[in-house]
Amino acid sequence: MSDVDATAPIFTGARRAALDALLTRYPTKMAALLPALWLVQETHGWVSDASIAEVASLLDLTPAYVKGVVTFYTMYHRHPVGRHFIQVCTTSPCGVCGAEDVLRAFVRHTRVPELGVTSADGQFTVVEVECLGACGFATPVQINDELIESVTPDQVAALVAARR
Amino acid sequence: MTMVTLTIEGREVEVPEGTSILEAGKRAGVLIPHYCYHPGLPVAGVCRMCLVEVEKSPKLSPACATAAATGQVVHVHSPKALEARKGVLELLLINHPLDCPICDQSGECELQDYTYAEGRADSRYREPKRFNPVEDFGGDVMYVPNRCILCTRCVRFMETVAHDPVLNVSERGDRAVIGKFPGADLTNPWAGNVIDLCPVGALLSKDFLNKARAWDLDRAATICPNCSQGCNAVLEVRDNVVVRMEPRPNDAVNRYFLCDPGRLDYRWLNRRDRLMTPTLEGATVDWAVATAAAIDAIAGRRLHVLASPRLSNEALFLLARLLRHAGGEGWYTVPTGPEAPLPGVPDLALRADRAPNGRGAESLGFRRTDDAPSLLAGLGPDDVLLVVDEELAGATVRTAAGVVLVVGTTLPAWATGALVALPIANMAEEEGTYTNLRGRVQRFLQAKAAPGSARPTFAVLADLLVAAGQPADYLLAADVFAALASEPPFAGLSYETLGLHGMPVPE
Amino acid sequence: MGYPHKSHPRETPVLSRHFGDPDARTLAGWRQRGGYRALEQALGQTPAEIVTTVKDSGLRGRGGAGFPTGMKWSFMKPGDGKPHYLCCNADESEPGTFKDREIMRWTPHALIEGCAIGAYAIGAETAYIYVRGEFTEPLQRLTDAVREAYAEGVLGARAMGSGTRLDIVVHKGAGAYICGEETALMNSLEGRRGVPRIKPPFPAVAGLFGQPTTINNVETLAAVPHILANGADWYRGMSLSSPKSTGTKLFSVCGNVRRPGNYEMTLGFPFGEFLHDVCGGPPVGRRFKAIIPGGSSVPIQTMEEAEATRMDYEGFVAQGSMLGSGGVICIDDRQCMVRVIARLARFYAHESCAQCTQCREGTAWTTRIVERIEAGDGTFEDLDTLLSIADNMTGKTICVLSDSCAVPVVSGIKKFRAEFEAHITQKRCPMRASASASTVAVAAA
Repeated sequence: MSDVDATAPIFTGARRAALDALLTRYPTKMAALLPALWLVQETHGWVSDASIAEVASLLDLTPAYVKGVVTFYTMYHRHPVGRHFIQVCTTSPCGVCGAEDVLRAFVRHTRVPELGVTSADGQFTVVEVECLGACGFATPVQINDELIESVTPDQVAALVAARR
Repeated sequence: MTMVTLTIEGREVEVPEGTSILEAGKRAGVLIPHYCYHPGLPVAGVCRMCLVEVEKSPKLSPACATAAATGQVVHVHSPKALEARKGVLELLLINHPLDCPICDQSGECELQDYTYAEGRADSRYREPKRFNPVEDFGGDVMYVPNRCILCTRCVRFMETVAHDPVLNVSERGDRAVIGKFPGADLTNPWAGNVIDLCPVGALLSKDFLNKARAWDLDRAATICPNCSQGCNAVLEVRDNVVVRMEPRPNDAVNRYFLCDPGRLDYRWLNRRDRLMTPTLEGATVDWAVATAAAIDAIAGRRLHVLASPRLSNEALFLLARLLRHAGGEGWYTVPTGPEAPLPGVPDLALRADRAPNGRGAESLGFRRTDDAPSLLAGLGPDDVLLVVDEELAGATVRTAAGVVLVVGTTLPAWATGALVALPIANMAEEEGTYTNLRGRVQRFLQAKAAPGSARPTFAVLADLLVAAGQPADYLLAADVFAALASEPPFAGLSYETLGLHGMPVPE
Repeated sequence: MGYPHKSHPRETPVLSRHFGDPDARTLAGWRQRGGYRALEQALGQTPAEIVTTVKDSGLRGRGGAGFPTGMKWSFMKPGDGKPHYLCCNADESEPGTFKDREIMRWTPHALIEGCAIGAYAIGAETAYIYVRGEFTEPLQRLTDAVREAYAEGVLGARAMGSGTRLDIVVHKGAGAYICGEETALMNSLEGRRGVPRIKPPFPAVAGLFGQPTTINNVETLAAVPHILANGADWYRGMSLSSPKSTGTKLFSVCGNVRRPGNYEMTLGFPFGEFLHDVCGGPPVGRRFKAIIPGGSSVPIQTMEEAEATRMDYEGFVAQGSMLGSGGVICIDDRQCMVRVIARLARFYAHESCAQCTQCREGTAWTTRIVERIEAGDGTFEDLDTLLSIADNMTGKTICVLSDSCAVPVVSGIKKFRAEFEAHITQKRCPMRASASASTVAVAAA
């Protein structure tokens, strides 16, 4: 995904058709913005300024407006991330179950320089996130789109190795 | 219209149904402190400064977003309301840099004002302050995020009034700042209004940066002289130099706004290449000598007047009288440019006619020409050309008129051979009225002193009339206007009725 | 059931009966289990009749506010000529809460049926289900189930063969707790920053796209088919303590507890027995120290308070807290309360939308002070400052995120003051070996 030019237009062909289908679900073009941005991120892995400008133009919005929306929501990446984007919930219900130990284990095994910074080989980015809504399955870890329940520190080495 | 009656700080007030408590407060003479609210913008209700105590309401109510209702009893200065405001002020200051000594807004800053009146005397904040670097937003606007209180007036203005949403709120929580998109700058001709709207020193004018302290400024109500819209404005002067022009509210003309090309074009009011003394054949003489010489030159020749559309109605009225007496023609020419409307306000635009009183000139009998140089070139030895403050900037001008007389602020380059030159004040240095493109007559007041021996235009023209044997006993500009208003098209108006918001020309 | 555990005999499984049963996810499987009979029945009644039934049942909003659902539906004026909308709030983000996720991934058709009945009852042709972006599996199950429902004619222009149009759109969020606030949800759906709106206007008057709108939580809507199928009396009869709290509630139990999971209990059940018997009590060798019973925005309870509580809206209030979302966070004697509260404050600071001064600045300031105390660098003055800021943050903002941040701080200092004071006097966390307590914490961003 990091080889793709993330500034290239994406709403052509099938993706344009997908956007057009989205537009039929809402009475305004603006309401298709979040779904359109998801299409961008699913394609490029992140949302660049060029993509923001493209989406803005298609939905009759200004790029400044779209950027204001993008920066509000934490799930849209504004720069490339590792091939495996590892999100560890550390909010208190998981915090009291040792989430920080899980987080530390991921930092150690992925060898990322620090939280939020991608590993040198481009494979891993590790971040803390707020409540994932899976508190009974502490510690929940979301890797890209996949939620892994009930992660303990001793499981982390294998989880990372399987994805390297 | 249904009216409601409520009590605010012990004062009973009646307002139309649907009025907010904040606006009702204004009607009652009670200021409810606020930041994000502005009468020219949609209500946001985010700053929380305007929280008031309404009896029988369990929580404090935001006055800007709560409708006035009959029977409400509102307290603005009760202990609860004061405490809430003090809380808002404290929170606004925890990350706010102690920039007052270097901040342009100092002296006209609403954060300073309310903190001084109602805020804490000390800070309880012991943590590091958040920091963001200064940004150039383009146009005349620079943004200092550290000082921003996130009132969002600027964002709402660009979106709802300018219809050009190039500003956003970026990020979330206490990381939030005002942002724009790379490459999409604030080049909108009305963008500078965000600087006025900003209650603090977060959005600043690059043009005004570090030029003057607010408390050093002398202010006078004026009309922007840079197009025919006639926006109400304020000239701000320091040590007799105009340093800024700000909008003045007028619901009938410009609401709260000025365009950037208009407001930033004040430097010509400070020109130094001014006519300083009355001259005859290039040499300084007494007023009486120069005036008499001018009238002598007019007698026996055909008089052609080229008047500037920046002249006041008062000046044009007297010029028209001179024309009638001497028998002659009067012309004016108006520089033009592209029109730039402010879409969110009805009938407000930077007008194509880039002069304030073309309409006044027309209504007083002057004819518009788009080719003044040809007119002047066609004059001959039997013609006397009286140029009243018109430079014909940028044009190549040659005239063979027998005599050239100049009454003006400057000596045009093509009129250096003028027989007589009489120095006058520019519009910042005298008072008068302009008529805007919709026929609204509006007063402007004197903001600074004229240089050298320059005198108010009406006084110089009155002297010419007297020298020509015509009655012209005017002491004040108001006297000239009274004479003006004794006949159409200004019949019935007076400086009193015009006030500082003007009146339309009677039909 | 206490999924992933087996149902405890003292549970009342209604919504959770089929958690863990993969067949229940399909339309055919759902029909086999009695599904869609209530929708068919509803389409044969008038909307007013359905609203009356729901009112009589005593169902209250299960997202946290507890507003009577039937009354909320009755605010939608029929025949006004405007498009009405139903929004299902599936943005479940309240720390400690994970019930809607289970409803959606195990019984998506239950939610579809509830949305369809709700939409019909309020005169809406379109229901938007706003699902938080992180819920990959629930989104997938719901999307598949909606597709099935259209294919089988349950939804669409002539829902279930009736003359009524019913459409459901599944809308994916993008990471913002505040979008669980009903007006922020509408703003987010409209393609804006997810910031709450000032009220009035209320959603039933001018909501989504400016039209009359009702917003209901997932669990609330999932209960509706059962109420219609079994009758209002049946639902109202399930009440062990207060007549104003009827039916069952999914309690999401998490933290330091033997058997975390979702437990469906009849309202009014004794909380002490719930914690120790049904949920298995604290981990081996530990004691419970504190319970946050309704998601992190409700006051912390001491064990004395918790063990005296009846589990309903009135019961929790009587014991110094609130039922809220029903997210039961268990905290044992190994945990540092200051640390728990610091992390909660950091959550709210991260999620503040930035509109209101008190929330934008107050959540961040609160976090910094509590973190400083936790690190051993606090003063007694800080406690006064924290309470003062909390008071400033309460009752003064557009939405209650600000209040929610203040709640754990106020209840924490009030009921566990000794722990705060110990940090201050000892200049370190007494629960840890050294002052440079092992944390990988980064700036709240």
